[in-house]
Order: sequence, then C-alpha cells, then structure tokens
Amino acid sequence: MSAYKKVHVTTTINGEQVDFLCEPRHSLLEVLRDSLGLTGSKEGCNNGNCGACTVILNGRPVDSCLVLSAEVEGAEIETVEGIACNSNLHPVQQCFLEGAALQCGICTPGFLVASKALLEKDPDASEETIRFDLSGNLCRCTGYDKIVRAVQAAGQQMREI
Amino acid sequence: MAPKSVSEVVAVLSEQGDRAKLLAGGTDIIVQLREGLREADVVVDIKKIEEVTSFNYCPENGLSLGSAVACYNLYEHPELSKLYGALADSTHIIGGWQIQSRASVGGNLCNASPAADSIPSLIALNAIAVIAGPKGERTVAAEDFCTGPGRNVLENGELLVSIQIPAQCSNSGSAYERFIPRNEMDIAVVGVGSWVKLAADGTIADARISLGAVAATPLFAEQASAILIGKEPNEEVFSAAGELARQIATPISDMRGTDEYRSHLVSVLVKRTLITAVERAQN
Ligand code: FES
Ligand code: FES
Repeated sequence: MSAYKKVHVTTTINGEQVDFLCEPRHSLLEVLRDSLGLTGSKEGCNNGNCGACTVILNGRPVDSCLVLSAEVEGAEIETVEGIACNSNLHPVQQCFLEGAALQCGICTPGFLVASKALLEKDPDASEETIRFDLSGNLCRCTGYDKIVRAVQAAGQQMREI
Repeated sequence: MAPKSVSEVVAVLSEQGDRAKLLAGGTDIIVQLREGLREADVVVDIKKIEEVTSFNYCPENGLSLGSAVACYNLYEHPELSKLYGALADSTHIIGGWQIQSRASVGGNLCNASPAADSIPSLIALNAIAVIAGPKGERTVAAEDFCTGPGRNVLENGELLVSIQIPAQCSNSGSAYERFIPRNEMDIAVVGVGSWVKLAADGTIADARISLGAVAATPLFAEQASAILIGKEPNEEVFSAAGELARQIATPISDMRGTDEYRSHLVSVLVKRTLITAVERAQN
C-alpha cells in the first residue's frame, strides 16, 4: 500500500532549504534525528507528553514526534541546533548553563526551544506564565525551579538587549 | 495524502472505509496509530482544505469553526476568547503549549473521549457539528455527536467539516472548569461547562450546563439548566442546579477518583462555572 511509497519533502530547517525522502508514517522527529542527523531534538516518550522533541513549526512550538514528516512540505522549522547565532549562545542557552538548569540533559533541548518561543512572545513572562507555558515539557531531574529561574534570567537579558 | 477539497476526502473515506483515518492536529491519531490502538492504510491530512482550517465570526451567524483549527487560535484571539469564554478556557488547558499549537477542537470532538475538555464547552455553547458525506451535508447537535467512549455519529464516508456556534450578545457569558490532581497537563476527573444569558433585569434568561467525565459521553444537563431560567443568579440557585446536575451523572470509579467523589465534584464545578459565567455576562 501507499504506506511504503516514499514521499519527497522540501522544507526549511534553521534557515536552510532541506530536501528529504520519507515514509508517510515517519514522524518529523524520526526524520530530523535519523535522516538529517539533527540529533539535538530528543525522543523522550514519543507520544506528546514530555516535550523533549519540541521544535518550532511555522512559528509555533510543537512536539515533533506528533508531526508526520510529510506534513512539513513548505514549512519553516527551527530546531535547537538553530537557536545559537554562530558561536554566540542564545540567552536561554547561556542562562541554562549559568543557572545549572539541567542535570542529565535529555529534556534540555526541548526546554530551550520552548523557552525561546515563550520569551520571544513575552520576555516579561511571570513565573506563573513560565510554569504554565512550559507544562508540556517534563524534567525528571531538576525539579523545575532552576529551569524557571534560568528562563526568567534569560527574559531579563532579552529585555535589556 | 493531502486532498484540497471536502469532496475528495468524502470519496477516499467512502472507498477505504475504516482503513482511512483523518489527520488534523495529529495529537491523538498519530499516538493511536503508533500504539496500535487504531490501524490505517491511508492517513488523510485535511489541513490543505480551506473550509476545515479557517474560522470566522459574524454577529448574525456566530462562529464558524473549521474542524482542524488549532486550539491556540481560540484562546489567543482577543475577541473570540471573550465571546466564547468556555471554549477559551477549554482550549487553553488541552495538553500543553505544544499540543495546543496543533490539536483542534474538531479533533477533540471526533475523538469522543468522555473526559474531553472542549466538548462540555461546545454543548454549553449550543454548538452544532456540520458533517459532509456521500449523501450531502447534515448537522448534529454537539450533545448528540458522541455515542460512546471513542465513538461518534460519523458514518462511513463522513467527516466533520466545521462547528457552528451561535452568536453571543453582550449579556451572555460562559466558562469551563475541570478538576485535575495536577496543575496542568492532565485528564479531567470531572469537567463542567456553563453558559448563561442574562435578561435586562439581571435574572437568568437562558442557561446551558454540560458535564464531562461522568458518563460514557459528555452530557447536557437539561433539567439543571432549566431551573435556572427566570431566577436571580445567586449561590442558592447555583447549588440547586449543581444538585440536579449531579443526579444525571453516572460516573465510574477509577484511579482518578471514586464515583462518589466525582458526583461531589459535579455540584462544586457547576456552581463555580456558573459564578464565572454570570460574572463574564455582567462585564
Ligand atoms: S518525545 Fe515527543 S513529546 Fe515526548
Ligand atoms: S535534566 Fe534530566 S530530565 Fe531534565
């Protein structure tokens, strides 16, 4: 059946046009990691609960494990690999590092992508908003406090720029 | 495949029957397919179809909401979020932010979970499902759409095209609240949607209450809604409605809560959502 016929997809990832072939059942996460070598996005649950696979799709944060790769034809995608500007870390990356907002690190790429999207929307976000908007990202190590502080610190830096 | 028109989808669905599954936001169907809960030979992405992905509001006809419109469009919209408070409440708590970027109200309705967060709001707001199929178009009231857990009225070849919600006036208001043990990202133990319209003298001119997670399908609490009509909006009346609503609830006991606890929650949430709905109607 058509399930085995490969689909050709053209999309933009981190500002560059990318072409790939995929099976219709492949998720965006699988294509990013296995075909394109962009292993920054992590697979935590593969069912939309943990947010480790978060990417920005056409300006909105989504779980890439819940997007079919064939759906991203013509889309704009930003992954964690595209967050830093050349060798300059993005404020969220810098603040996560400085604030030790990670332990094992598997949740971190997802948090970075979601936090950046959140702060771009509202660099002034309150602790409550940060906690609510990041509720689709799970972390089993840090207890969240350091993550929330890091996001607040990054927000402050972004306001000052 | 990603057809561009409703009629193409109807044709595929008629031909493939159960072997074709529709893809809107994908937040339920992709998981169900991956986990083997549902099977498909063809997945039909309906997001290239204008009628299904657009929404518009006009004061005469109300809101026409394409079935694949993602949740965030409702709660982020400055006017719609006020006009349809209950729906804004629901869409803001379905999953997390990432899910809300993709998941649609139409998908939530079709998925027909007894605990779905948007369905009580749709019922309270008197929404109507517009269905296209091989025999043309038909409409079904939101409270009649679900037929059991995970089951709905859609027949072979049919798809949900849009949801029509009546226009709101300045003296109507609605609210949805659910009870969950966590702060967010959880499935409702009980969910309640309420809608009220106030008369010029401040009494309740019309009301609709709907309950989620207390029966095999979300329920319209008809009697509880009816006793509010003509009354002053106050705690006593709201409690009476809560009691009546509780009587139609036939909840189960599971790890999320016992049946007794759920029944108790019904009366509490009916009261709370009515208070919010009336406040919103007054402002
Ligand atoms: S891997 Fe996608 S949400 Fe967990
Ligand atoms: S640092 Fe280990 S899960 Fe977050």
